[in-house]
Amino acid sequence: MSKKKEIKKAVLQTVEDFPTMPMSLGNMLWNKTGSWRNIRPEIKLEDCIQCGICWKFCPDMSIEIENEWPVVNYDYCKGCGICAEECPVKCIVMVEERK
Amino acid sequence: MKKEKKMTMTIPAEELVGAGNLACQGCGANLALRYVLKALGQRTVLCIPACCWAVIDGPFPHSCMSVPIYHCAFETAASTATGVKAGLEMIGDKETTVVAWAGDGGTFDIGLQALSGAAERNDDIIYVCYDNEAYMNTGIQRSSATPTGAWTTTTPVKFPKDRPKKDIDAIMAAHRIPYVATASTSYPEDVVKKTRKAKSFKGTKFIHIYAPCPTGWKSRPEDAVKLGRMVVQNCVFPLYEIENGEKYTLTMKIKDKKPIDDYLKLQGRFRHLKPEQIRAMQEEVDQNWARLLKKCEAV
Amino acid sequence: MKKVIMGNHALSYGAMLSRSQVIAAYPITPQTQVVELLSEMCADGTLDAKFIKVESEHSAMAACIGASAAGARAFTATSAQGLALMHEMLHWASGGRLPVVLGNINRAMAPGWTIWTDQNDSLSERDTGWIQFYCASNQEVIDTVIQAFKVSEALAIPSMVVLDAFALSHTYEVVDIPDQAEVDAFLPPFKPPFRVTPDDPRAFGGLTSPEHYMELRYKLQKDMEKVPEMIDRTGREYEKRFGRYLGLVDDYLCEDADIILVTSGTAGYTAHVAVDEMREHGYKVGNLRIKVFRPTPFEIIRRLTKNAKKIAVVDRNISYGHHGMFAQEVKSAIYGHGECKPVFAFIAGLGGRDITPDSFREVVDHTISHDRPEEEIGWIGVKR
Repeated sequence: MSKKKEIKKAVLQTVEDFPTMPMSLGNMLWNKTGSWRNIRPEIKLEDCIQCGICWKFCPDMSIEIENEWPVVNYDYCKGCGICAEECPVKCIVMVEERK
Repeated sequence: MKKEKKMTMTIPAEELVGAGNLACQGCGANLALRYVLKALGQRTVLCIPACCWAVIDGPFPHSCMSVPIYHCAFETAASTATGVKAGLEMIGDKETTVVAWAGDGGTFDIGLQALSGAAERNDDIIYVCYDNEAYMNTGIQRSSATPTGAWTTTTPVKFPKDRPKKDIDAIMAAHRIPYVATASTSYPEDVVKKTRKAKSFKGTKFIHIYAPCPTGWKSRPEDAVKLGRMVVQNCVFPLYEIENGEKYTLTMKIKDKKPIDDYLKLQGRFRHLKPEQIRAMQEEVDQNWARLLKKCEAV
Repeated sequence: MKKVIMGNHALSYGAMLSRSQVIAAYPITPQTQVVELLSEMCADGTLDAKFIKVESEHSAMAACIGASAAGARAFTATSAQGLALMHEMLHWASGGRLPVVLGNINRAMAPGWTIWTDQNDSLSERDTGWIQFYCASNQEVIDTVIQAFKVSEALAIPSMVVLDAFALSHTYEVVDIPDQAEVDAFLPPFKPPFRVTPDDPRAFGGLTSPEHYMELRYKLQKDMEKVPEMIDRTGREYEKRFGRYLGLVDDYLCEDADIILVTSGTAGYTAHVAVDEMREHGYKVGNLRIKVFRPTPFEIIRRLTKNAKKIAVVDRNISYGHHGMFAQEVKSAIYGHGECKPVFAFIAGLGGRDITPDSFREVVDHTISHDRPEEEIGWIGVKR
C-alpha cells in the first residue's frame, strides 16, 4: 500500500507567509470529510472474500488494505455507499451514522 | 482471521489522489483520475482547466495530489499541456508524462480549438476527458456532451436538449492521432490498460472516460459504479479504440445488448422522458452501435 | 556585429540571443517576420528551441505559460487583434508570476481592418500586470528584449516589448547585434525557485478565497514597484558590457525647458526635430520620451517636469470617454507634487496616420498660445 502521508496544513497569517507564485504549500488531509456522512459502511470481515472490489471502487481512497484486509478510514469516508452496493458477497452494510 | 490469502488487486496499489478532497459523494471524476494516475505513476504532470477537478483538489494553499497540477484557463488544457511538455523537454526532462485533464465542457466546447490544434500538431501529450455530460462545476448546465433528452439547468424539461451528444471520438480520429480510446470508471482495469497503452505512443493520445455524476444526474451516489457498467452493456457508451484514425477495435464485446430503460430509470435527469422519447433515444443508440460495429469490422 | 536589420528581426535576434527555449506564436501582420526568422533559426539550429505553431494567439500565450511554468524561457510575438485575443492569458502570466517576454507590434484595433500603427492594443493591456517597454529604434528593441528577460526573471513578472508597426517593425536600421557569449554572461539560464515538476509536486493557481487572494496580488504590486530600480540596475550592467544604457525615459533637453513634450515610440524621435527647431526660434522646448509605461515611472516624470511651465503629451492612442493614456499617466504622476501645471493632452497618428515634424509644430504652437487647455483633447491631423 502507499506510504501514509502526514497531514500538512499551511497557515498564512501575514504577507510574508504567502508564496510569490500562487501555489500549494500543504495537503488536504486536515480536511476530515468523514463529517459529511449520514451513513457509514461496516465491513463484516468474517464474510469478506478479499476480492478487492470495495477498495477498487471507493472514490475517496477511504478503504485501505491492512494485512490483506479492507479497513474503512472513517476520517475521510463520505458515506457514498458504493462499497456496500458493489460488494459481491454483500458483507458491507450501510448503517446510520452515530453522532 | 481465516486462511492466509492475499487481497486481490487488479489495479496498481499506489494512490496518487489524496483523501480529504472536495469531490461529491460517489464522484466518477474522482474515480477516473485515481485510475489514470495509477496507470501513469508519479512522474506525471496534470494541466487542469476550469472543471470539477479545478476545485476537487482543494483550495489554495493546499492540494490533495501527489503529482503537480498546473491549473489553467478554461479553453487551454491542450495548449497549456503542449507548452508544459515543450518546456520540460527543453530543460532536459523527457520522462515526465504531461496530461491535459479536462471535463466535457472544456473538451467538447470551449477547449475544442486548442485540442484540435494540439492533435493536428501531434503534440506529445495525453489528453483525458472525464465526461460527466454537463458543466457540473458551475451547477449542471448543458454541454455538447449532454445526451439528447437529459435535463440540465439550461435544458429544462420544457426546453430539452434536442441535439445528440457530439461525437468527440470521431472528431479526434479525424486528426489521425496515434490513439483514441473510450473508457468507463466502472471498468478500472480497462482504464489502466488503455492509459498505459496511450503512454506507450508518441504524439497526441485522447482518452474519453465516462464519469458518473450523482449530483448532476440526480442519481444515488451508490449507483455510480452500476451506471458506468450499464452504459457500456447497453451500448450507449461503447468501449473501443481507434488507432491512427483508421483502425477501430471494440475492446468490450457486447453479447447481450441491454435496452436503455433501466439505465434511464436510475437517473433523475431522465425522469421526465415520455415513452416515445425513450424509443427515439433507443433508436439513436442502436444506430450508433451498428455504425460502430461496421467500422470495427472494416479492419 | 553591426547589421542592417528591420525592427521585427531585432525582436527575433533579441529572443535568439536570450536563448529562448520555447516559442509559441501565431502569424499576424505586421509581426510575421519576427516569427518567420525565429522559425528559420530553430530549423537551422542557430537557436535551440521548440517552435510551437499554435492555432491562435490565445493558445500561444497558454503554451508560453505552460513552458515557463515548467521552467523554460518562453517568448512570443503578436499585434492588435492577436494581443487582444491573448488578454485573458496576459492576466494568467502575471498572476502566475511567470517571466514570459512578448514582442508586440503596435497596430490599431479593428474594425475597420487596419495594419497600421497606434498604441491602443498594448495600452488596453496596461492593467494586466505586465511590464511595458516602448521602443523607438531597432537598437533599442534588441537591447530591451535581452534586458527584459533579466528583469522579468529577477522579479517574476512578464514583460512586453512594444514597437510601432511599419514605422519601426519594417524599418531597416543599423543594429549592433551583441555577441552571444557576452549575452550568455549577462543573462544566465532561467532557474525559477518553483516550477511544475513531479520532484516537488504542487498545485499552481488553485481556488483562492477572499482570505488569500489579496495578499498574492499585493505581492505582485510590491514586486512591480521594484521594477524601475531593477531596470536601472540591469541597464547599468548592460552598459558596462555593451556600451548602451536604456533607462526608463529619454530626456532630450528637459532640464531648462518651459514646455515639455511627452512622447513615446518613433514619434518620440520625430519630436526631436520640432524641439531643435523651436529652440532655434528661442522657445525652450524639451522632449520626454517614455520608454517604460508600466510600471509608471512616477519619480522620473515628476523630476524632469519639475521646472517646466507646461506639459504637452502627444498620445498615439485614446481611451474613449477620456483622452490619451500617456496623458492620464502624466497627470496622475504630477498631481499633488509641486505646483499644478497645465497638461495639454494631444492625440495624433491613430490608425497609422503619419506624425510629422509639422504635427509637433502644431502641438507646440497651440501649447505656447494657450495658458491652459481649452478642450479635453487637442486633435492633431483630423480632417475637419
